[in-house]
Amino acid sequence: MLKLIVAVVARDLHLAMRRRADIVSALFFFIIVVSLFPLGVGPEPALLRQLAPGVLWVAALLATMLSLPRLFADDYRDGTLEQLALAPQPLGLIVLGKVIAHWLVSGLPLALLAPVLGLQFDLSRDALWVLTGSLLLGTPALSGIGAIGAALTLGVRGGGVLLSLLVLPLYIPVLIFGAGAVDATVTGLGAQAHLSLLAALTLCGVFFAPWPTAAALRIALE
Amino acid sequence: MLEATGLECVRGERRLFAGVGFRLHAGELLSLQGSNGSGKTSLLRMLCGLSPAAAGEIRWRGETIAKLGEDYRRELCYLGHHNAIKDELSPLENLLASARLADEALDEGCALDALERLGLAGREDLACRYLSQGQKRRVALSRLCHERRALWVLDEPYVALDAAAIELVAGLIGAHLQRGGLAVLTTHQPVEISTAAACVRELRLG
Amino acid sequence: MSNRVINWFKFASPQAFYPLAGKMIPWFWALAAVFGLAGLYLGFLVAPTDAQQGEGYRIIFLHVPASWLSMFIYLVMAFWAGLGLAFNFRLSAMMATALAPTGALFAFLSLWTGALWGKPMWGTWWVWDARLTSELILLFLYVGFIALQSAIDDARRADRAGAILALVGVVNVPIIYFSVKWWNTLHQGSSVSLTKSPSMATTMLWGMLLCALACWMYAIAVALMRVRTIILERERHTDWVRAELIGKE
Repeated sequence: MLKLIVAVVARDLHLAMRRRADIVSALFFFIIVVSLFPLGVGPEPALLRQLAPGVLWVAALLATMLSLPRLFADDYRDGTLEQLALAPQPLGLIVLGKVIAHWLVSGLPLALLAPVLGLQFDLSRDALWVLTGSLLLGTPALSGIGAIGAALTLGVRGGGVLLSLLVLPLYIPVLIFGAGAVDATVTGLGAQAHLSLLAALTLCGVFFAPWPTAAALRIALE
Repeated sequence: MLEATGLECVRGERRLFAGVGFRLHAGELLSLQGSNGSGKTSLLRMLCGLSPAAAGEIRWRGETIAKLGEDYRRELCYLGHHNAIKDELSPLENLLASARLADEALDEGCALDALERLGLAGREDLACRYLSQGQKRRVALSRLCHERRALWVLDEPYVALDAAAIELVAGLIGAHLQRGGLAVLTTHQPVEISTAAACVRELRLG
Repeated sequence: MSNRVINWFKFASPQAFYPLAGKMIPWFWALAAVFGLAGLYLGFLVAPTDAQQGEGYRIIFLHVPASWLSMFIYLVMAFWAGLGLAFNFRLSAMMATALAPTGALFAFLSLWTGALWGKPMWGTWWVWDARLTSELILLFLYVGFIALQSAIDDARRADRAGAILALVGVVNVPIIYFSVKWWNTLHQGSSVSLTKSPSMATTMLWGMLLCALACWMYAIAVALMRVRTIILERERHTDWVRAELIGKE
C-alpha cells in the first residue's frame, strides 16, 4: 500500500521536475498577486499588517487553483488514467499519492515563499512563523479538496473556470482558519485554536477526499 | 473462462449493440470486427470494467467482474487507443514507471530487453516526445514482452506499426495464447497469428 | 386487502411517474395558494406592528421561509442525488436536477430580502453576519451544482458527477457554517448580530409557518413541473414520449 503511494508520488514528482516551468509560473503568480495589493490599497504599514493574512491566504488559494486542472488532465488525455483505474489496487490510494505529489510541488513552495512576501507587509517575526505554519498545515487540504473538483471537471468544457466555481466555496473553512491564525497572532491572541482546527481540516481533507475523487474519476472514464 | 452474455451498449441516445455474447477459453483469441463507430472500443472497455454495460453481464472464471474487482484487474492487461506513455519520460522510464504502478516486478534488464525486441535499441533514453507515432506505439506494446497476466485486451494493437512490427506483435500474442492466455483484440487488418493451438474466434458488431 | 397496497416501485420509472406528477401538480399549486394567502393575511393584516422595527419587519414573512427552504432543499437534493448514485435510480437523479434551480432561487430570495430588511434596520444593504454569509456560500454551492450539470453533455455522467458534488457539499455545509460563525465571533465589531430575535407574537409565528408551508408547496409544484420536462427531454426517443406528444397535438 505504502509502496504504491510512494511509486505514484515518485512518478509525479519526476514528471513535475521535467516541466519545472509550471511550478515556477504558479509561484510567480502568487508573488505578483500579493504584490498587487499594496499598489491597490496604499503603502500604509498598519493597513498592510492588517490585510496581510487575508491577502497571502487568498493568493495561495488562487495559486493552488492554477495547477489543479492539470492534476488529472494529462493522465486522462494520454490514457495513463485508464491504466491507473485498472491497476489492481484501490484507485483512492493512487489519488492520495497524486494529492501528496501535488502538495509537494504547489503547496509546499508557497508556504516556504510566504514569509518572504510577509516581510513586504511588515509582519512581525511571530506572525511570519505562524503564517508559514498555517500554510504548511492548510495547503494539503487545498490539494485534497481541489482533487475532487479536478476529477469532476475532467474533460468537461470550460473545465478550468468551472473548477474554481466548485472548489473555492469549499475552501472557505481553510481560508478562515488559516488567515485567522495569522490574524490572531497579529492582534496578540493565540493562534493555537486556529491551527488545531486547520490541522483537523487537513486530516479530513487529505484522507477522505481521495475516495469521492476516485469515484468521480471512474465516472469521467466511463 | 471469460464469458459475456446479452451485452448492450448505449452511447448518448444511440444503441450501438445489444445481445452480444461470447465465451472464451484458455488459449483462445477473440477478434472483434466491425466498421468505425460500431462499438468495438466500447465493448473492450466494458470487458475491462471501465464502463458499465447497459444490460448483460461479464463473468471471469464464473464470477461477475464487478464482484471480483481487484482480483479481476490483477489478471487483466489492457492496451487502449491511447498509448499511456508520458512525452516527458524516456521509453525506459515509461516502462519502469507503468510496471511499478501496476504492481509488477520489472528490473531494468528485462525492460531494456523488451525495448530492444521492439526495435527501440538506442532510443531508450530519448524523451518520448521525440519519437514517431509508430515508435510510441512500440513503447506501449513493449510491455507485452514480459506481460504474464491471463487476459489481454488490446484495442487496435497494430495501428501505426510497420509490417515487421506487426509480425513481432502477432508473435507475442501467439506466444501468449500458447501459454494458455486469452486475448481479445480489435483490428482492421487481417493479421495471421501463428500458433499451433491457435483458436481464433470472430465476432462482428454492427 | 393485498390488492390495495400501492406498489411504490412502480412509480420509480419515469414513464409511470410522468402522469402521476401531472395529476399532483395542480394540488400542490392549490395548497401553495391557500397557505400563501392565509400566511400573508396573518402577516400583513393581523400581526401587530413591531415596536422597534415598525412595518419594515414584515419582510420576514418571505425572508425566513426562503432561508429555511433554501437549506432544506439542499438536503433533499443531496438525498435524491445520493439515492440515484447508490441505486442507479434515474428518476431520483432527475429530481435532484429539478430541485437545484428552486433551491438557488430561495437562497437568492433570502439574500435579497435580507438586504431589503437590513437597509431600514441597520442603514446598510449588507452586513457580514454569519447567517447571511453562510446563505451566500450556499448560493455558491447551488450555482456550482447547476454549472457542473449543465457543462456535462452526457445526462448519465451529469447525474452522477452532480451527485458526488452534492454529497461533498452536504458534508461541508456544517463545516462551513461552523467556520463562518467562528470567523464572525472573532470580528464582532464589524457586524450586527441577527441571532437575538425579538420576542415574537404568536400571530407572527403562525404567519411565518403558513408562508413557509406555501413556499414548500410551491417548491414541490415547481420541481414536479421541471422533472416532467426533464423526463420528456431525456426520454424523447422512447415510444411512450412520442405517443404522449402526439396525443397533445
